[in-house]
Amino acid sequence: MSPSVSDYLIRLGDDRLVLGHRLSEWCGHGPILEEDIALANIALDLIGQATLMLKLAAETEGKGRTEDELAYFRDTVDFRNVHLVEFPKGDYAFTIVRQFLFDVFSYHVLEELQKSSNTELAGIAAKGFKEARYHVRHSSEWVLRLGDGTAEGHARTQKALNELWRFTPEMFDADAIDREMAESGIGADLAAIKPKWETIVRDVLARATLTIPDDPPAMTGGRKGRHTEALGLMLAEMQSVARAYPGASW
Amino acid sequence: MNKRTQRSEGGRREKHAEDTEEILAILKEVKDPELPFIDIVELGIVRDVFREGDAVRVDITPTYSGCPAMQVIEREVGEVLAAHGYENAQVRTVYSPAWTTDWMSEATKQKFRDYGIAPPSGVAQHGGIAELVSLRRARVTVECPYCRSSNTAERSEFGSTACKSIHFCNSCHQPFDQFKSI
Repeated sequence: MSPSVSDYLIRLGDDRLVLGHRLSEWCGHGPILEEDIALANIALDLIGQATLMLKLAAETEGKGRTEDELAYFRDTVDFRNVHLVEFPKGDYAFTIVRQFLFDVFSYHVLEELQKSSNTELAGIAAKGFKEARYHVRHSSEWVLRLGDGTAEGHARTQKALNELWRFTPEMFDADAIDREMAESGIGADLAAIKPKWETIVRDVLARATLTIPDDPPAMTGGRKGRHTEALGLMLAEMQSVARAYPGASW
Repeated sequence: MNKRTQRSEGGRREKHAEDTEEILAILKEVKDPELPFIDIVELGIVRDVFREGDAVRVDITPTYSGCPAMQVIEREVGEVLAAHGYENAQVRTVYSPAWTTDWMSEATKQKFRDYGIAPPSGVAQHGGIAELVSLRRARVTVECPYCRSSNTAERSEFGSTACKSIHFCNSCHQPFDQFKSI
């Protein structure tokens, strides 16, 4: 099988592993109990999806690696997630805006991948798609509540959107691997997803009385292993136990 | 409809009932660790059972991608089969068709009520994303498992485990969980 398939699966898995880990930073720190539980649940879904995707990537690659080895024993330059997902959790508005921007993207990607010619990936996507429905509903409701709520909520949500918006084009920045996967019927067609994503995102942000900034796109490179300093710091912590005690299990 | 291909407990497709009946009966000893009153056959986690001589293969499917109970269930399936003399058992995880609460029988739903958890209501929804982000979406009334009142409110779609949401009964003033429709 083309090496592009395992590369593509690693991209899918890394977006969800890194975002799931960032979201798990809220566990025990949520603004209210229900949200603490909700964010931990969503983090669990994302890490679960990542586990299945990285397991399939490892099997497809055929080098004898496991999903845990991919998560814990790759260095920053080997991660293939977009920059959007790697920043620290920020305040609650930052987390909610980021989740919303990613959730709508992930919803459409998983919806497409249910039709993947790779039947294992199609099954994983069908499972994840049901979860993504709950994620979109959660984050969009909070964007509306925070954006169109109190003055402070609005200001913080607008600030988060201003900081994050320029990182969204990278999600649709298709390269040779993305195009090969879309053309072969294995992957999702990012060009087809972009207008659907924009329609929903612009609709919700407008109803939340938020203004989309007109900043130019930020530097990209996550899919090639060029990351911001945030990822290295996150991985140093996330991988520390697995690297200190290789092979440990409990 | 051919009796041998009709959907049975947990939405499985029966095709070789007589060979696997005994195995299924054994597998019913395995409960979901978070739902100790529900076995994995009626929950629909067991998708298929294959038997050839004393070799057995059990296909299971996760309820949620990150469900931590799956590892425990997989281990217990192996243990319970070994305890009944099936040492040569293999457990395989399958993802298609994706697990749904629509497979749950009315008898199983009653067990949820008896335990104080509202069962999934209606069928899992399949509207588009425009419906998901609309505040005008129709909300399904969830009946309180304690007093049967319909005067309840959803507190959060995410509860104590991935499969449950949190509700509050305005009649008997009890918080309760619902097993989410998915």
